[in-house]
Amino acid sequence: MYVAVKGGERAIDAAHAWLAEERRGDLSVDELSTRQIEEQLTLAVNRVMAEGSLYDRELAALAIKQSRGDLIEAIFLIRAYRTTLPRFGSSRPVDTGEMACIRRISATFKDAPGGQVLGPTFDYTHRLLDFKLLAEGDVAPAPVAQATPGPVPHITEFLNKDGLIEDQPHDDTQPNDLTREPLELPADRALRLQALTRGDEGFVLGMAYSTQRGYGRTHAFVGELRIGLCPVSLDIPELGFAIELGEVELTECETVNQFKGSKTEPPQFTRGYGLVFGQSERKAISMSLVDRALRWRELGEDNVGAPAQDAEFVLYHCDNIQATGFLEHIKLPHYVDFQAELELIRRLRAEATANATANATATALASTDMNEAAE
Amino acid sequence: MDELSPDTAARQSWLSLLAKAPAVRLAELMPPDLPAHEWLRRPEVGAVMVQGRTGATGSPFNLGEMTVTRCALRLADGTVGHGYVQGRDGAHATRVALVDALMQTARADCVRADVLAPLQAHATATAAARAAKAAATKVSFFTLARGED
Repeated sequence: MYVAVKGGERAIDAAHAWLAEERRGDLSVDELSTRQIEEQLTLAVNRVMAEGSLYDRELAALAIKQSRGDLIEAIFLIRAYRTTLPRFGSSRPVDTGEMACIRRISATFKDAPGGQVLGPTFDYTHRLLDFKLLAEGDVAPAPVAQATPGPVPHITEFLNKDGLIEDQPHDDTQPNDLTREPLELPADRALRLQALTRGDEGFVLGMAYSTQRGYGRTHAFVGELRIGLCPVSLDIPELGFAIELGEVELTECETVNQFKGSKTEPPQFTRGYGLVFGQSERKAISMSLVDRALRWRELGEDNVGAPAQDAEFVLYHCDNIQATGFLEHIKLPHYVDFQAELELIRRLRAEATANATANATATALASTDMNEAAE
Repeated sequence: MDELSPDTAARQSWLSLLAKAPAVRLAELMPPDLPAHEWLRRPEVGAVMVQGRTGATGSPFNLGEMTVTRCALRLADGTVGHGYVQGRDGAHATRVALVDALMQTARADCVRADVLAPLQAHATATAAARAAKAAATKVSFFTLARGED
């Protein structure tokens, strides 16, 4: 069957022109600059960088502006842009032990060396709307105090010294990259972590929450959560040494999980790990819980059939760009497919009607025969 | 690769400082009489895959990419300068490469004093300001009442 496929251009052009006008909104209201988005919608920028899998604040802000604040659309724009960039190489793994922390808390050790540093957090706010923000106003400068110079030690290392937590031995095996080769199962932990760190925050949060509610419970404590800047080093072949190209803000979460021991491992604490671009602590905590749940096989735990233990389920559904691409495509023209479905339904109905008529006739004839026989 | 000569370590240090410096600040500090240069590699924008380590200390995994701009240039006397910077600012990468080249010439002392020293001071002050704000949010626990008393 021939179906017209042209004729939408004028409508599409008009739709996009209207979109641009709607994006700008009321002309009597000042236009939003990308610098304002970068500085004042920082956590949205962070989310777009993390799930767009590209650390560039200005581009993330531009994507948020272009997408009218639809963050998944913004992430889509960033993912599309990053495919146009040549890859200069892979950095040396960032050393989060050297992080210049602005926040560092532990839910397991009150008096951990380095202390509990709250940083610019929403925690302990009352979640009451602050009507002062409706009016413009100056902000009082934040208080300062004498800082202790030098890096802050990782809290899990204290447990590691006593052998109470599984060791995380240093290793330089280069990881596979799911932006270069399609994700195949079974996926090793490095690939799982890459998928989770760029995965949808809502999805990863839901999966993590399901483990807390009992679907593959792992009894997680936040051993440490830290946020801060880490330098990124790249080996430069033409120079013969590595230089620090810049700094990225990262959120790292290490969970300490109860573990009764298995046939191969003594009773000890185990680890879940989350590391995410930007200040994204809900995501980092969620990532570490899901990472831990997915480790059931290597730790010799039972698969209780929980969704968060199912690597295929988690890894193939956590990417919001893949998900939204497949989901939203069903709104695009499917006229030919639907014509075929329509034809099929009509034929089945016609057949069903014909059968019903034939059956009714046969039944009527049969009953006539029986009546005749009885008579 | 980690055992560097003092000269190489110094170059590594200034290239890192220049890359991390705010582009606007470096532009303000550039010396006035910049030498002519020819391009070995015009500024190009690309990506670097940033890696993390599993559990902070274990095997590497891919965290996500960051934008990077690089270039290379040669001065008339043959000195080669490289610029690698985070982001997509070709002018910043060019300034880094020019300073890198000048630091290998007789003008090194001037450039160190006029460009690198103020950038280092700026970086130190910025980091100290953040650390001081963080320190103010450090919790000092004190005991209200002990359960066993």
